[in-house]
Amino acid sequence: MIKFDNVTKRYETGQDALARVSLEIGRGELVFLTGHSGAGKSTLLKLLTAIEKPTRGQIIVGGQNLGRLSRGQVPYFRRNIGIVFQNHQLLFDRSVFDNVALPLQVAGYAPRDVARRVRAALDKVGLLSKERQNPIALSGGEQQRVGIARAVVNKPSLLVADEPTGNLDPELSAEVMGLFRQFNAVGVTVLVASHDLELIRRMQQRVLALQAGQLIYDGVPAHEPQPA
Amino acid sequence: MNHNRPETSRRETAEPKLRSGASTAGITANDRLRGWLLHHREMAAEAWRRFMAAPLSSAMTSLVIAIALALPAALYVGLANFQQAVAGWDGQPQISVFMDKRARPQALQQFAGKLEADPLVAEVQEVTPEQALAEFEAQSGFGDVLDGLQENPLPTVFLLRPASANQAELETLAQRLRDSALTDSVVLDVAWVQRLAQLTALAQRLLLGFAALLAVGVVLVVVNTIRLHIESRRDEILVVKLVGATNAFVRRPFLYSGFWYGLTGGLVAWGLVMLGLALLSGPAQDLAQSYQSSFELRGMGVTTMLLLVGGAAILGLLGAWVAVMRHISGIEPR
Ligand SMILES: Nc1ncnc2c1ncn2[C@@H]1O[C@H](COP(=O)(O)OP(=O)(O)O)[C@@H](O)[C@H]1O
Ligand SMILES: [Mg+2]
Repeated sequence: MIKFDNVTKRYETGQDALARVSLEIGRGELVFLTGHSGAGKSTLLKLLTAIEKPTRGQIIVGGQNLGRLSRGQVPYFRRNIGIVFQNHQLLFDRSVFDNVALPLQVAGYAPRDVARRVRAALDKVGLLSKERQNPIALSGGEQQRVGIARAVVNKPSLLVADEPTGNLDPELSAEVMGLFRQFNAVGVTVLVASHDLELIRRMQQRVLALQAGQLIYDGVPAHEPQPA
Repeated sequence: MNHNRPETSRRETAEPKLRSGASTAGITANDRLRGWLLHHREMAAEAWRRFMAAPLSSAMTSLVIAIALALPAALYVGLANFQQAVAGWDGQPQISVFMDKRARPQALQQFAGKLEADPLVAEVQEVTPEQALAEFEAQSGFGDVLDGLQENPLPTVFLLRPASANQAELETLAQRLRDSALTDSVVLDVAWVQRLAQLTALAQRLLLGFAALLAVGVVLVVVNTIRLHIESRRDEILVVKLVGATNAFVRRPFLYSGFWYGLTGGLVAWGLVMLGLALLSGPAQDLAQSYQSSFELRGMGVTTMLLLVGGAAILGLLGAWVAVMRHISGIEPR
């Protein structure tokens, strides 16, 4: 599903955010990406979603070589990826329903399909009763779940999340992680970046660890924490 | 210009590779077309709601557009009326021959006979001093003053309609008449007809340049307004791009906003011109009456009105287009 081949990303500042990273994630996997702040997690996800372009190396997502993706093709590529990014949050000038409906409207779904799919997605994250509310009236955990509903409403085959539990207390974090597990259970490939090692260890899933832009660990951690 | 095409064409290339297949029911081309049409309708309505949501600033923009368009439109209507007014003077040259006051009646009679026989003259009309005086009295209201005069100061005048409008022939004829001892002065009324035509052409040219300049101004006003709209909706643009919105999708509401600015501006401009005409029609009629003319101030025809309003809408759209082309593609998620 995802293949990084010797990928290096150097920002204009000269900073190597990723250095010769090679990895492979199969269809239907649930993988955690971890590492300290500044290790390159966000950069990796941005490369994956064609927000940034790699300086060197090749990235293939769902059989699509991102290096060959034209600017005009990027939107169509993104419609197949659910994205939960912290800095691209909800719009507070419209209801929860309308926020979740955005990806469907963008893709040109008919209104009846939009309503059906939005309600299904909100139901999955347990927020069906709040569809008419403005997201600003929701708690942090609920807002994050609206963001997840928006990411999955289009039934993407790949879901990526950047620090989805960043501002949440442990209980809510566990709840959000539970959601990712559920989506993974129905066949969605899920990649979650998080520096919450404790939480990740409890999930007992494959972990990719980055340090200063290099991939230093790839495996399922044992019961003991597994820093490199 | 792919903004008015369903966003389907490229989809096929990216989709099948990613879709795992049976799990997601794809949307049919028909659905997409309907969704696309619906989006257009929604964006048009939404742009209108936004326009009405900030009535004061929207009104300001529309008014600026309206004033910029009302000026050339009013001039155009004025020019059309002027041409209409002078159309009564068919532009045929006329020669006024003022006879010497001392000429004897028989000599005048002979002179008139010669004129009638002249092949260069098509028509001769004699205005006797008595006729001229009566007409002058009736029109000027100076009857009392004239009554005090010992004798009629006005000469006999022959009004000639030349057989040809040829400049050289007219000059020859006028010169021949001037050379006659009986004539006092000969006025060839051809120069002003020509000058009038030249002036009208010049006014039309000026009007065109003026209108073009103001049209550019309208476009720039819309560009700036839409640029501000785009800036204020930056977050929204980032989010929809992240969930796969094409540039065309993002542009749409702004293009409709520009269209509404132009359209409302055009309508207000039309209203301003109509208002001006209403205010001027009274005085214009009085003026026409004093010239014994049946001239009536004419308004803007339906075609001109549609041209004004439609043109304004197109200028608004154009301004919005410039703004979105310059500013939207630069807003990308980071
Ligand atoms: N847009 C950018 N321009 C320049 N440097 C950047 C940019 N984004 C990230 N970096 C740098 O790249 C490195 C990796 O950042 P990031 O991928 O955000 O790490 P993480 O998400 O793991 O905290 C950091 O040193 C960061 O300062
Ligand atoms: Mg980060």
